[in-house]
Amino acid sequence: MAAKTLTINGLQISAEEGATILQAADEANVKIPTLCHLDGVYDVGACRLCLVEVAGVPKLLPACTTKVVEGMEVKTDTERLRKYRRMTLELLLAERNHVCAVCVANGHCELQAFAWSLGIDHVRYDYCFPKWSVDNTHRLFGMDHNRCILCTRCVRVCWHIEGAGTKNVSGRGGHARIISDLNQPWGEADSCTSCGKCVQACPTGALFHKGSTVAEMERDRSKLEFIVTAREKKQWIASD
Amino acid sequence: MDRVRLATVWFGGCSGCHMSFLDLDEFLIELAARVDLVYSPVVDMKEYPEKVDVCLIEGAICNQDNLDLLHKVRARTKVLVSFGDCAVTANVPAIRNQLGAGNTENVLQRAYIDNAQNNPCLPKCEGIVPALLPRVMPVHEVVRVEYFLPGCPPPASNIKALVGALLSGATPKLEGMQLKFG
Ligand code: SF4
Ligand code: SF4
Ligand code: SF4
Ligand code: FES
Repeated sequence: MAAKTLTINGLQISAEEGATILQAADEANVKIPTLCHLDGVYDVGACRLCLVEVAGVPKLLPACTTKVVEGMEVKTDTERLRKYRRMTLELLLAERNHVCAVCVANGHCELQAFAWSLGIDHVRYDYCFPKWSVDNTHRLFGMDHNRCILCTRCVRVCWHIEGAGTKNVSGRGGHARIISDLNQPWGEADSCTSCGKCVQACPTGALFHKGSTVAEMERDRSKLEFIVTAREKKQWIASD
Repeated sequence: MDRVRLATVWFGGCSGCHMSFLDLDEFLIELAARVDLVYSPVVDMKEYPEKVDVCLIEGAICNQDNLDLLHKVRARTKVLVSFGDCAVTANVPAIRNQLGAGNTENVLQRAYIDNAQNNPCLPKCEGIVPALLPRVMPVHEVVRVEYFLPGCPPPASNIKALVGALLSGATPKLEGMQLKFG
């Protein structure tokens, strides 16, 4: 495959044709914050946290879904980008009900960690305080819509790693939500194999093992990585 | 140097932030030498005084009393600090906002009627029991706030970092894990 040369933050790098800016940056050890991206499943550009500046393009582009182009000049850490990333995170925190103090994912949450690492000490937008429910009908897992950021990682692992196709998105805009099968209680969704991949993939406290209480929901991503490596490289290696 | 006039107020919160303040241990002794604690749940002062330098505000704005006192605090204080998650995000006290319009009646009904073992009745006493606001708010939704100290509660080390900076006349700069919610 042809190689493309480009610069990221002034650093000259080369990337394979067809690679995304995120992949190229990753190869060059440049960290771009991401929430909806998950190694091993295709990207959808849902969270907008990975926005970058590309010289000559007036709008900001998501690094996870934008392919590298020869001669591209990418910037990943400018004042403008930091401003938009903070806005994005604050809007995510304001949209549903994030009460970290009583959340299963407290201390193990990617949204929470980005908030503190990007310097968010308060949310400038009015909180929406919407009414959302918790689905505790599944034998092993629970879903708390209050904590969901609609990253769709659960949907993508369920369809494309497990191949079950249980999880889906229904509705639009502020009414969009994750459903199981034909909008049934998760426990009644026949297609669910109870594999738990969605729970491992979720970046927040929205999906959890039943019985976890505050701050107890730690994930083990290595289980997903194991399957992805097996699929992509035909190697059955456990990461630890 | 003049002693700093420090106040702390306690709105809709569990007092955990104040407990964390007491966890400052020996820094409290240092603090005592440099500040006058002019108003606080831990000192007996009925009226919020004039000309306060710094006020740490624990808790969300839940009722009419909170709201009235907050406006007084803002008018009489140079630097306000939203102290802990309830002040910063409205946190647990704001969970009732999810019930939408009528949430105040709902929570009172639940607490004082449905779950009452004896003598179910709603607390009503004009001028003594303050009315709940229809929407619980973080402090900065009501007044301007200079600094934010998240955490439920904020660890004593972060309180020390912020208050210490304020006392030495520096701009407090919390970063990284010091800003963690929850
Ligand atoms: S999902 Fe994350 S950000 Fe939301 S309440 Fe839980 S810990 Fe906090
Ligand atoms: S447990 Fe597995 S099959 Fe069931 S919804 Fe989650 S990913 Fe899909
Ligand atoms: S449940 Fe979790 S993984 Fe699924 S969309 Fe919501 S936040 Fe993302
Ligand atoms: S990681 Fe690129 S949009 Fe979410």
